[in-house]
Amino acid sequence: MQQIHGMEYILQPWPWYVSGPLITFIMLLLFYFGKTFGMSSNLRTLCSMGGAGKYADFFKYDWKAQRWNLVVVVGAIIGGFISVQFLSDGSTIDLSSNTINDLKALGFTNAGESLLPPEIFGWDAVLNVKGLSILVIAGFLVGFGTRYAGGCTSGHAISGLSNLQKPSLLAVIGFFIGGLIMTHFILPLIFTA
Amino acid sequence: MKLLKYLFVGMLFGIILVKSEAVSWYRIYEMFKFQAFHMYGIIGSAVVLGVLGVGFIKLMKLKNIEGEKINIKPKEKGLIRTLLGGAIFGLGWALAGACPGPMYILVGTGVISMLIVIAAAILGTLVYGLIRHNLPH
Repeated sequence: MQQIHGMEYILQPWPWYVSGPLITFIMLLLFYFGKTFGMSSNLRTLCSMGGAGKYADFFKYDWKAQRWNLVVVVGAIIGGFISVQFLSDGSTIDLSSNTINDLKALGFTNAGESLLPPEIFGWDAVLNVKGLSILVIAGFLVGFGTRYAGGCTSGHAISGLSNLQKPSLLAVIGFFIGGLIMTHFILPLIFTA
Repeated sequence: MKLLKYLFVGMLFGIILVKSEAVSWYRIYEMFKFQAFHMYGIIGSAVVLGVLGVGFIKLMKLKNIEGEKINIKPKEKGLIRTLLGGAIFGLGWALAGACPGPMYILVGTGVISMLIVIAAAILGTLVYGLIRHNLPH
């Protein structure tokens, strides 16, 4: 079958040296549009939209000025859909063999054969007290932590570090402290083979 | 429409993060286990180029689309808020395997259960807003 030249490179997983610079491009594009790159701000915007300003000053601001960022979110959802529907060749994730073995020991089989582990995100796993608690606690920690820290991966790790912000360096150190504790000490308590 | 360009920015962002596998729970686990360079390569190259890009913007005093000088707001300071808030975020990031951007993107890839994580993240943000005056920053 005739193939468009180069299309196979788009359909394969993209290497880090393509993806990283493209993320920088997104950040610079938003600067050019007079905005800043920050995905967690949308969580606050959604609270304000829902009327949380009645209960806390933190949510009393002109959320309509943040509509552009909600449009980015809608685009991101569409982008996710397009990637899996039209831009994938079904490649599995080429994880390190150590990762696959470590995950097997935690009871995660077939690591890398889908984007996310069905052991956490599949309905069989979600629809019980333990599984649901995992998702709710994880989301809560992300939402609470990101506002407390003043940003997430896009706002602190990418934009903040690019702008040589000391608070962002501290926040990224914090991200790693939390992430390492979870991965090395807490996940083995939650999941067992 | 002025907002339409942001739809395309979002779409590109979503495609990049899926194709790079940065939205994958497994990749985040692997990163925190220091078992592959992949995620460090993505974030590292984005930041190195970002430092050069932002430096160039400042050096050349570049203007944005509105014709105003590009001015990037400094991040709010605070040792406790950044380290402790960051660590709380990190715990959630490693458990969910997704930070806010990927959470939205993953819904688009068909992971409907991610909506539960997003709802909980909104709740976490709400609770922070309600109790922030009682927290050390």
